[in-house]
Amino acid sequence: MIVRLRQLAAASSRDLLVLLAVVAALALVPLGVSTFTLSVATAALIFALAGIGWNVLSGFAGQFSFGHAAYFGLGAYTVAVTFTRYSISPWLGLVLGGLVAATFGLLTGWISFRFGLKGAYFALATFALAELLRLTFNNFDFVGASIGITIPLAGGDSWGSLQFEDTPALRYFVALGLVALGTLIVIAVTKSRLGSRMLAVREDEDAAASLGINPLRAKLFAIAISGFITALAGGYYAMFLMFVDSDLAFGPSISVLILLRPIIGGVGTIWGPVLGAGILSVLGEVTRSLVRDPPSFLNAIEGVNGLDQVLFGLILVVVIIRAPDGVIGWFRRFRSRSIT
Amino acid sequence: MSAILSVKGVTKRFGGLTALHEVSLDLTEGEILGIIGPNGAGKTTLFNLIAGAIPSDEGSVTFDGERIDRLAPHAIAGRGLVRTFQIVRPFGGLTVFENVMVGAFLRRSDPQVAEAHARSILERVGLAPLADRQSKGLTLAARKRLELARTLATDPKVLLLDEVLAGLTPTEGIEMVELIRSIRDDGVSLLIIEHVMAAIMALSDRIAVIHHGELLTVGLPTRIAKDPRVVEAYLGKEFQIAPD
Repeated sequence: MIVRLRQLAAASSRDLLVLLAVVAALALVPLGVSTFTLSVATAALIFALAGIGWNVLSGFAGQFSFGHAAYFGLGAYTVAVTFTRYSISPWLGLVLGGLVAATFGLLTGWISFRFGLKGAYFALATFALAELLRLTFNNFDFVGASIGITIPLAGGDSWGSLQFEDTPALRYFVALGLVALGTLIVIAVTKSRLGSRMLAVREDEDAAASLGINPLRAKLFAIAISGFITALAGGYYAMFLMFVDSDLAFGPSISVLILLRPIIGGVGTIWGPVLGAGILSVLGEVTRSLVRDPPSFLNAIEGVNGLDQVLFGLILVVVIIRAPDGVIGWFRRFRSRSIT
Repeated sequence: MSAILSVKGVTKRFGGLTALHEVSLDLTEGEILGIIGPNGAGKTTLFNLIAGAIPSDEGSVTFDGERIDRLAPHAIAGRGLVRTFQIVRPFGGLTVFENVMVGAFLRRSDPQVAEAHARSILERVGLAPLADRQSKGLTLAARKRLELARTLATDPKVLLLDEVLAGLTPTEGIEMVELIRSIRDDGVSLLIIEHVMAAIMALSDRIAVIHHGELLTVGLPTRIAKDPRVVEAYLGKEFQIAPD
């Protein structure tokens, strides 16, 4: 194990340095912003983490998921249920949620991949599964049915129950720590044999199999890791909102929010999800403040609901047309063009 | 020398079409066995059957003392029988180096050990200068080399090469023939489908001729070239081997 870690550190020292630098820079955010902005930044990190998870299955292993809310929601409900019903610490709840989601991913992935679902069909299956969970949880009394679960306040700052009422910066730092953990897992995967296998399966399954790779196995590893990471995000989101219901956990819009980040930042890149989350949350806040208090020539948009969503949609269209490999891909192409 | 790969009585039907009919072939250890035949004769079907890409209807395939005809393609490759594709299939989104790493990882889990192996393979096939290039932008000759490099990186015992010479210029072809010879010299047994007659005649220890899904004959290249049935079916009357 130690030897493995050392090999990993040697193989990815540059990525680890970047990780350190990014975490250090993001750690400075709480110094200069309002409590409100800080909670926006915390939510951005949570969805960045969910996107990091999505990126493992859909970016690196090439199996496009349109239903990552399934993992996000399983994480959220596991934390909420174990905490409120069994007084289990949310820390343990996060891990349990990750395991529940990974198991769910393995079971549903095994069925989907075994029967050869690919591309749009696999995406539709993931969408259907998330909807299935949403409807089930919406009608299941044990998890609060349509009322959802409200997480009781522990009072003040409490590391044990993962609540930081008095110090929002701590709430932010935990999110940052989880993002660092997720990124670390992704770096480890991409540098390993498993990562190479996932890329090969993404590029060409038959050619991968001809080189001794079991495509089903590679995809199952990907879906389990992916589900685990996204469930961490969902679990922490429940603690962040102190509430969960089936729409917040499993809603289709959650799946879209999750996949937008890596798509805008760069699918199949280590930093795409985090970059995409940063871009989208800044844009989201700008439009929201525009709608709240527009300059005089834009008075018509004052108080228009959902305009930020419309703008997200427009940006997505532009990104898909102009930079199908995201901002990072666009930047790489720009750089290689200016060299030659 | 014993047979490392043994095909016995394999038959494959696609609907009413019998693509292969009771074909039997032995590949001896360390041998280069060429497979020739007109288009549509069933050569690539035979490769697909051996590599596990499609199941046979009848017959057996034995590799290294083990029946492999019901194994999945990855399991067969894992045992050391690796194929290339007639239409090259590099992992387009990956670099040349990353492509070869996929093969190198088959028998090595440590990334650094795999990397050293991949670099040495790239060196050997002459792709080292292109290591960091995106593989989809390569020339056909380089893509064919890459496909071969990727399979070599898996340390195969038997290689199935499907028309690796097709589409190459004469100079590139000569280099490829040299490379194939050096692979054999390392102890790899090769089954080669090829249309470039001069090359396959010069390269192969024995040649099998497939026609209409049946094995017409197997033998030394010199004998094959004179066999009236082969001349009739495939080579044409005027064909003569170029002197060495």
